[in-house]
Amino acid sequence: MNPVLLAVLLVGGIGVAAGLLLAVASKVFAVPVNEKEEGVNEILPGANCGGCGYSGCSGYAAALASGEVTDCSKCVAGGDETAQALGEYLGLAAGSVEKSCAVVFCQGTPENSAPKMEYRGDMTCASAMKLYGGAKTCAYSCVGYGDCVKACPFDAISIVNTVAVVDKNKCRACGRCAAACPKRIIDLVPVSQTGALVMCKNSDKGAAAKKACVTACIGCGKCMKVCEANAITVKNFLASVDRTKCTGCGKCAEACPDHCIIMR
Amino acid sequence: MKFYFALLLMGLLTQNFVLAKFLGICPFLGVSKKLDTSAGMSAAVVLVMVLATAVTWPINEFLLEKYDLAYLQTIVFILVIAALVQLIEIVMKKYLKPLYKALGIYLPLITTNCAVLGVVILNVDNGYNYPQSLVNSFAAGLGFGLAMIMFAGVRGRIEHNDIPKFLEGLPITLIAAALVSLSFLGFTGIIEGMGLM
Repeated sequence: MNPVLLAVLLVGGIGVAAGLLLAVASKVFAVPVNEKEEGVNEILPGANCGGCGYSGCSGYAAALASGEVTDCSKCVAGGDETAQALGEYLGLAAGSVEKSCAVVFCQGTPENSAPKMEYRGDMTCASAMKLYGGAKTCAYSCVGYGDCVKACPFDAISIVNTVAVVDKNKCRACGRCAAACPKRIIDLVPVSQTGALVMCKNSDKGAAAKKACVTACIGCGKCMKVCEANAITVKNFLASVDRTKCTGCGKCAEACPDHCIIMR
Repeated sequence: MKFYFALLLMGLLTQNFVLAKFLGICPFLGVSKKLDTSAGMSAAVVLVMVLATAVTWPINEFLLEKYDLAYLQTIVFILVIAALVQLIEIVMKKYLKPLYKALGIYLPLITTNCAVLGVVILNVDNGYNYPQSLVNSFAAGLGFGLAMIMFAGVRGRIEHNDIPKFLEGLPITLIAAALVSLSFLGFTGIIEGMGLM
């Protein structure tokens, strides 16, 4: 046979055989795609922030579509609107999304907590943290190199005067910043509960805390004494407010000698 | 037996696909940023290399060689490997969902990986028989994995260092890759030294 013809036939034959094999395989091994899942996926915002507790939007969509989960208010990024749309689509009770916002519990600006060294390493909080807990005197303070800024999928965090600040309007409470913060000083606070916040995480003894930062909580307990709702407890030289009890009277903020309690 | 051991050592160390033969550099630089992605890529490469050899060796022996069409090797092998990877993906999606998810994008990426094509062609060029070819492919895949995983560690160190501005990113990565490759030169001669070949 003509060698050219043979070559053409062989390559063509292999191509056709492979094509047929793939066509058959795609029918035989077809995986049914859940249409519901795709529909749910379209409703979800697609930010893949992980705030719902699943690996991403598709993970939550799969769980909802398979009926494994019936709570459609888990999407914190989409909020009430998404919950309602999901409820309508799936025929479930929408429920309401508890709206939260991340708060950085630190007021350690350079004026309040003086730098103890000049840091010249890798400019990430995680690296700086390994070297004596960062450049600021207070070991519990915001490092200020923006690991949380990088982690935020919604662009809601900025560094203002070496302390991270969360933009309440942009924050969707996915909790990525809290997980990224090597000092663990970011928490999610429900927006609906207004009241006092202790803007400090320093659990050292009063004298040590005071030396580290002007606005540190020294655990003096004055706020606890003035609180009429018994909402404040002091543990490990650090006050904490039970926001379900807090009436928002603001007396603790007035009483705090270090001005580390703020009202919101 | 001795020969198979020699093949394993060659694939892993002296004839390492990435560091000695410079094949498959694209995925080596592209997905070696993190340990878990490089491990996933390596697993996919081992799988595809062995399966590709299992399919292409008989095609070469019983079709191409028989009809004097060895010059078609490259194009036929590319065709077969591409179809094979698609087939593996379809089957895996059905029966091995977790593995499919773990390998993710890396499986289709391998279709265009020259290391896979390289290993099947080298098997033919070196005149290995069927079991030898399979062992050689497996060893080549393992060698690729070794280079990837080692380099992921190297890159982790690079990331946390103060790199001069003009070297940041790819330049320093290439220099580091060259140094790792250089270190593998140290294995030269161990096959002969151990009397395996």
